[in-house]
Amino acid sequence: MHEMSLCAGVVGLVEDEARKQPFLKVKSITLEIGVLGHVEPEAMLFCFDAVSRGTIAEGARLDIERIPGAGWCLDCGKTVPLTERFGACPDCGKSHVQMTAGDELRVRELEVE
Amino acid sequence: MCTVCGCGTSTQEGASVSGDHHHHHHDEHDHHHDHAHDHHHHHPDHDHTHDHDHLHLSEGLVDAGAGAAGLHAPGLTQERIIRIERDILSKNDAYAHENRRRFARTGTFALNFVSSPGSGKTTLLCRTIQDLKQRFPIAVIEGDQQTSNDAERIRATGVKAIQVNTGKGCHLDAHMIGHALDALPLEPNGLLFIENVGNLVCPAGFDLGEAHKVVVLSVTEGEDKPLKYPDMFAAADLMLLNKADLLPHLDFDVGACMAAALRVNPRLQILTVSAKTGASLAAFYAWIEARAAAARASTA
Repeated sequence: MHEMSLCAGVVGLVEDEARKQPFLKVKSITLEIGVLGHVEPEAMLFCFDAVSRGTIAEGARLDIERIPGAGWCLDCGKTVPLTERFGACPDCGKSHVQMTAGDELRVRELEVE
Repeated sequence: MCTVCGCGTSTQEGASVSGDHHHHHHDEHDHHHDHAHDHHHHHPDHDHTHDHDHLHLSEGLVDAGAGAAGLHAPGLTQERIIRIERDILSKNDAYAHENRRRFARTGTFALNFVSSPGSGKTTLLCRTIQDLKQRFPIAVIEGDQQTSNDAERIRATGVKAIQVNTGKGCHLDAHMIGHALDALPLEPNGLLFIENVGNLVCPAGFDLGEAHKVVVLSVTEGEDKPLKYPDMFAAADLMLLNKADLLPHLDFDVGACMAAALRVNPRLQILTVSAKTGASLAAFYAWIEARAAAARASTA
């Protein structure tokens, strides 16, 4: 359940932001989570409620946007979609693909008041 | 912020709100929201509240007082969107960076050993320490959820060891390592072995400041584990295939296991070893010496 510490990381970033500029309440937090990464969105939602309790982020809605996987195929010389971290190029079938998107783990924005 | 329903807007910089709440009624406000939110984005260190940016335009009317409930008091915090764009792991990474600087100052070569429980990490470390402690000063940080059994096993070899109990945590993070280092004086030009919590999933994403992650897989596990837990094998630079002394009794296909690991991480180096018999550990020690020398050369 490393989602627990990832949620603590999210709360930490919200608290950082609250020190920079005043707000009373966080309505929603938008996360970008790549589909090829090691994070389970369901577990993030589950953990967030527990981890945010008693913090400025308590009660905030967690919006999770999934970022599709993509990679650069060295043989085709172009960006191709990836459904597995170590997947083959869907065009040429070879595995010379370097992942360029899909393992994101980012707080994009907060909706605050 | 929308003054009709009080909800936040979804229309800045290509962003979208993932809820199903549609905002047909304030399309005409969009460019003003853009301005306000851009302002936040580019000046994140200013803590003034930007209420002056909430100018609402409709049919040629500029209404600077159209805040929530028609009120507009300077300094009153209103709903707004703050763009952060920060990696969730950025705090951990900052601690890891600090640990890395500490290692550079003392010339310490740090390795982060990761595996599932029972792969033989502690036995491997004890053997490695016995064989290398005449050549390098060695210190160890042991991570487990509970007990200091592993640190006691390490201390029995005569080197310093700190046990970190993560409690409910499933991995070590860079902050814990920083605290452990406070209690563990590092001798110059030594080795630091960090034995992570036995777990093939969670420790993958957490940089501790180490030079390399070393993933240990034993031949009593499935040869397709690299495909089942790709993140860990992708994050590692060296894989030790341990318990090779048991191979005659098993159907484990070493070639298939290596192929699976290389599919996940084509740059992965792989050594088949036995911590029990010491077979091929000389190659591991040569790897440590070569990489430690390279790391010191690059930070000197």
